[in-house]
Order: sequence, then structure tokens, then C-alpha cells
Amino acid sequence: MSKGRKIVLTLTPHQSFYTTLYNTVFKRNSTFVGTIFFAGFLFQPALDSALTAWFENHNKGKLWKDVKLTLNGAAEEDDE
Amino acid sequence: MFSSFRSAVRSNILAAGSTWRTCKILTFPFPQKQFSTSAKAAVGPTSMTQKVIAGGALASGLTASFLLYQDSVFAEAMTAAEHGLHPPAYNWSHNGMFDTFDHASIRRGYQVYREVCAACHSLDRVAWRTLVGVSHTNSEVREMAEQFEYDDEPDDQGNPRKRAGKLADYIPGPYANEQAARAANQGAFPPDLSLIVKARHGACDYIFALLTGYPDEPPAGVVLPPGSNYNPYFPGGAIAMGRVLFDDLVEYEDGTPATTSQMAKDVTTFLNWASEPDHDERKQLGLKAIIVLSSLYLISVYVKKFKWAGIKTRKIRFTPPKN
Repeated sequence: MSKGRKIVLTLTPHQSFYTTLYNTVFKRNSTFVGTIFFAGFLFQPALDSALTAWFENHNKGKLWKDVKLTLNGAAEEDDE
Repeated sequence: MFSSFRSAVRSNILAAGSTWRTCKILTFPFPQKQFSTSAKAAVGPTSMTQKVIAGGALASGLTASFLLYQDSVFAEAMTAAEHGLHPPAYNWSHNGMFDTFDHASIRRGYQVYREVCAACHSLDRVAWRTLVGVSHTNSEVREMAEQFEYDDEPDDQGNPRKRAGKLADYIPGPYANEQAARAANQGAFPPDLSLIVKARHGACDYIFALLTGYPDEPPAGVVLPPGSNYNPYFPGGAIAMGRVLFDDLVEYEDGTPATTSQMAKDVTTFLNWASEPDHDERKQLGLKAIIVLSSLYLISVYVKKFKWAGIKTRKIRFTPPKN
């Protein structure tokens, strides 16, 4: 860590994006690991919902939730 | 190209004269024959070889055709007829890597199973609850289950009791046991249909081809055992089950015309769902797994190259000591 401390950059109004990124994320191990955990926590549901949306659009009309709508009075029923 | 090269070699040899050195070159098994692929030298032996090869291919082709034909005439052991006609590959709507079952088809297929197949075939491994959210709503399945009686706990005097079915029960079969099934079907045992799609070569294609493949009359010369019907897709050709699907046998609630092939398609889709209830979820998870695992693989390749770049590109130089 002592070696890394040599490139400490002070906050200036015109610092570049990479400098901000370095100072906020990569400089300290605590923020680096925290960022990884937090990003993983967000990435999992984001990927899941995106793929589910694509999958359901790809199979539109064949899924049970689509078939259910064509039945009389079944739309409000619980499937569980 | 070869001939010019050959003449160049020849002139070289000639120019070298008759020294010992030249003799050595000449006695060397120089592959002059390999270079002589010009048309004149090649015509004789090659055309003869071609004739022999063509004749051999023709003879073996004819022999194979004859033997295959012979094989198909009698349904004896280890013949084509014994193994049954291969079904065509149908374009199922759930064939693709990311294609789910057509759940409207599963719903119609259950109706066909209930009204036609269930007279002889059981569905032992499918519980009522599994239909909920797949082909029927919760209340519909409860009603369907309640129409069947199941053994209940005995009362205080130890007398056996019956109760109406509930969601947790398994779909009851038409016969109490295998002996009863055989007795009712002239000795033939109608197989359980829970896993039938997985249990037959050709899977869906085979089931559909079998259900729709009954000819009006067996072909001339086919001798069937008593009580059996001819179906070319069934191994051996003689099947105990007769043709059961005829146009307008059932009346679909969604107004789909109930043709023979429509009913066969629907019931096959239903049976495929019964065999693979995890099918839709499996394909959805597969998509996710492919994306995540291939990204991780590409990242690992990049990291490996990045970490090794300095080692792979370094140059090691040995400077010998001055003295």
C-alpha cells in the first residue's frame, strides 16, 4: 500500500474521469472490494430480469400467463 | 509445372558430367516417377484403376441395396422392419434452444389424454398439483382431482374409508395393477405414459408418427398375430393398440378444430411436458448459464494474457564474462 500512496491525487475542479474513478474505487482495498460486492448484488437481478424479459418476449403466446388470459374468468386466479 | 521442373533437374544432371559425384546422384533413388504426372504417362493405369474402383463401388452399392431391400421384406429379428420405420423430424414449436412448450397445446393435450388415452394408459408419476400454473388454474385442477376417489385413513372402528382427491394426489390410472390391465387388453400391457416421450427413440416425433401412422389396411403379405394392428412405426409392425384418434373425437374448448393430427400433436406436447416438466425453466436457465459462463471464460482468457504478457515477451540475453 505504501507504494500506491505516492500517487495520491488531490481534488481539483478539473480532474479527469479516471482520476475520480481511481480515487473513489481503486485506491483503497475497502472501497474496491465493496464496489465488487455491490456491483455483483446489482448485476444478478439486472441480468435475470433482462433475460427473463427477452425469453418471455421470444415465447410470447405460448406461455401459461398468455394462455391464462384466453380463459374465461381465470385471469384473476392465483397459480400458487 | 512439374514437367519444367523435371527437365531442369535432368539438364542439371546431364551438365554435371560423369564424375563420381554425378554417379552418386544418378544412383540415388530420385523420385522421377512421382514427377511424371503428365497426361501421357498417366492415362493407362489411372483409367484402369478408376474403372476398377467405379465397378467395385457400383457392385457394393447394388449389393447393399439388395440386402437392405431383403431386410425390409420380413420382420424377422434384426431387420429394418423389426426396428420400425424411423419417424420424420417434425417442426415442434418447442424444438429450439430457447423455445418453451406451447401451453395452450398442453392444455388441449390433457383433454385428449383424459378423454381418449386415460381409458387404458396410466399417468402414475404426475401429481395434480403439477398441472397448476402449467395448463390449468388452481381451482380447475382442484375440481378435476375431486372427481376421483382415494383411500383415506380408516375410521375409529378400522373400516377403510374413501375421500375425494386433492392437489397433492397423483393422477390415478385406469387399472388397479398390471394383471388387471393385461386381462382387460388381451394380454397386452398399456405402458404408463408419464415418461413415454423420454422412453422411446425419436421421442415426440415417434409418438406423433405412431398415433397418426395407422394405415387403413396392412400391406399385402403382412401377417399379424391375433388382436394386433399394423403400424409401420412400431418396432415389428404389430401393435396391440389400435388407431384411437379420429377427426372430431373431442371438442376443444378454445375452438381449435379437432383433427386427428391436431389431437396427436396436442397429446404429444402434453406427454412431453409430463416427461420433462422442468423443460421451460431448464432452457431459461441454460440461456443465463451460457451468457455468464462464456463471459467469465473470455475474461479469464484476457486476464491470463494480461498477466503473462510480460513473461512471454521478455528476452533473456547471456553476456559471457569478459575473461
